[in-house]
Amino acid sequence: MILAIDTSAGSAVAVVDRDGGVLAECTVADTRRHAEVVGVLIDEALRAAGVAPTELSAVVAGVGPGPFTGLRVGIVAARAFAFGAGVPCLSVGSHDAVAFERLSGAAGRSVSEAGGRLDEPLVVVTDARRREVAWSAWAGLDDDGLPVRVAGPALVRPADLDEATGASSSSPRTDPDATVVSAGALGMLAERLFEHGRAFAADEPLYLREPDVTPSAGPKKVGR
Amino acid sequence: MTATTASPSVPVAVEGGPLVLGIETSCDETGVGIVRGTTLLANVISSSMDEHARYGGVVPEVAARAHLEAMEPALRAALAEAGVGLDELDAIAVTSGPGLAGALMVGVGAAKALALAAGKPLYAVNHLVGHVGADVLREDGSDLELPTVALLVSGGHTSLLHVRDLVDDVELLGETIDDAAGEAFDKVARLLGLPYPGGPQIDRAAVGGDPTAIRFPRGLTLPKDRAAHRYDFSFSGLKTAVARWVERHEAEGGAVPVADVAASFREAVADVLLTKALAACADLGVPRLLLGGGVVANARVRELATERCAAAGVELRIPPLSLCTDNGAMIAALGAQLVSRGRAPSPLDFGADSTLPVTQVQAV
Ligand SMILES: [Zn+2]
Repeated sequence: MILAIDTSAGSAVAVVDRDGGVLAECTVADTRRHAEVVGVLIDEALRAAGVAPTELSAVVAGVGPGPFTGLRVGIVAARAFAFGAGVPCLSVGSHDAVAFERLSGAAGRSVSEAGGRLDEPLVVVTDARRREVAWSAWAGLDDDGLPVRVAGPALVRPADLDEATGASSSSPRTDPDATVVSAGALGMLAERLFEHGRAFAADEPLYLREPDVTPSAGPKKVGR
Repeated sequence: MTATTASPSVPVAVEGGPLVLGIETSCDETGVGIVRGTTLLANVISSSMDEHARYGGVVPEVAARAHLEAMEPALRAALAEAGVGLDELDAIAVTSGPGLAGALMVGVGAAKALALAAGKPLYAVNHLVGHVGADVLREDGSDLELPTVALLVSGGHTSLLHVRDLVDDVELLGETIDDAAGEAFDKVARLLGLPYPGGPQIDRAAVGGDPTAIRFPRGLTLPKDRAAHRYDFSFSGLKTAVARWVERHEAEGGAVPVADVAASFREAVADVLLTKALAACADLGVPRLLLGGGVVANARVRELATERCAAAGVELRIPPLSLCTDNGAMIAALGAQLVSRGRAPSPLDFGADSTLPVTQVQAV
């Protein structure tokens, strides 16, 4: 069983099981209260699933992209929980979870019916604040039912999205105003990565932006 | 959504005091400390100071990114240093404010998750009161006597407190109305061409300098200011005065006497800090002054504090320097006080509060 945490948009925590699916998922759509809610969500998800920390085999962190401050809360919580429970903490891209959920759950057919493949392009778009969105492009699912990323994630102004993705605005695209990335999808994607012995993401937040700083330019004149 | 506590079990009487792990991330130090009651077991500090050096000051986003990377290694190192396992802890404490919001949130998120994973009660505590709490960890075993006036000075804060009870009776007497004293050290160091952080650099540059060479202004000490700001501080005027003095001197074609400027500036800061702190001691009839915060590392501040307190018949308490700068042990120590007094853990839904008042020793 896996505890999955994603705070790349709102806050979401889920407990998932490879065979049993999503046992519990608790979310708060507020995109500014991650530090307040993350503990309550972890507690509620574990209680709702009836799972103790010692029964988990791993914790999965959604590593973004997402606005810095909130994104970090979920990642540090995942790392600290994993440390406290003595299990590994693994990283999965938050856009990967969105693509996985849409491609394996959408279109009214399961992956197995489609012979393990779903050739459907998708552009995942999430809010990045400061009048930008984060996007990534996906070709569909591979033979293991895992989403195949073909571009991104990267930042772009909404007006330049078509040009950046090379897709028309009529092609399948997620809602940039969505306020939660599903922790259940994140966790189930992690289970599938495990099942097929596939690589996880690097243990680094996908900030996609350098910190907002101006290096010191030396002493300023103050005048008289 | 209901606000539940991490665990309903609150240890009351524990041999040697409660075993508490404290997490501190209010500024640029990721601190994890472990105490048993008033005994220090571990004090691990990971600083992102070097990353801020090229900007000449703490950059909040850089600090917050560094906290995320340092957290798990610091937790691991602190438990190893203390020689205890997570399961042995009686409680976890974390700074919930005041401080840099994005930085505080990293500690808060980590502490909540750790408390839930390990099944431990969690206490959200006040950073400034934590500086006072550090004093209970002194190795000489002398107890912190109360009430005391506390002068807490760092790059992030300059505050004067009246502490009547560590757990539930702390009053803010005054604080800086502009820059923190430590910030003034950084800014003046910069205009003297010295690197960041400024405190130790000014100390070094001041060696051999004449502290009476230049009479820099003492902020908020004029009679008209004292009415409204008796215990408040202001350092931005002092920084500007130093800048003007240096500019004027350069314009006149002279080489800047760095040692004299550094010594005179440092004297002005130390003077105003201690004048106000000792005025509070006299006004309140409190014969004790406790120092805390990174600026206590400044040699002249300590020296002048010793002189002035002796002259005024005030007992001076300075925790060891490693406990004066921001650290997790002081947070653990304050958490242990709360546990010992039978306080209930904080609710799980507390947030990071960048302006948490000192009257709130524990976020509830
Ligand atoms: Zn401090």
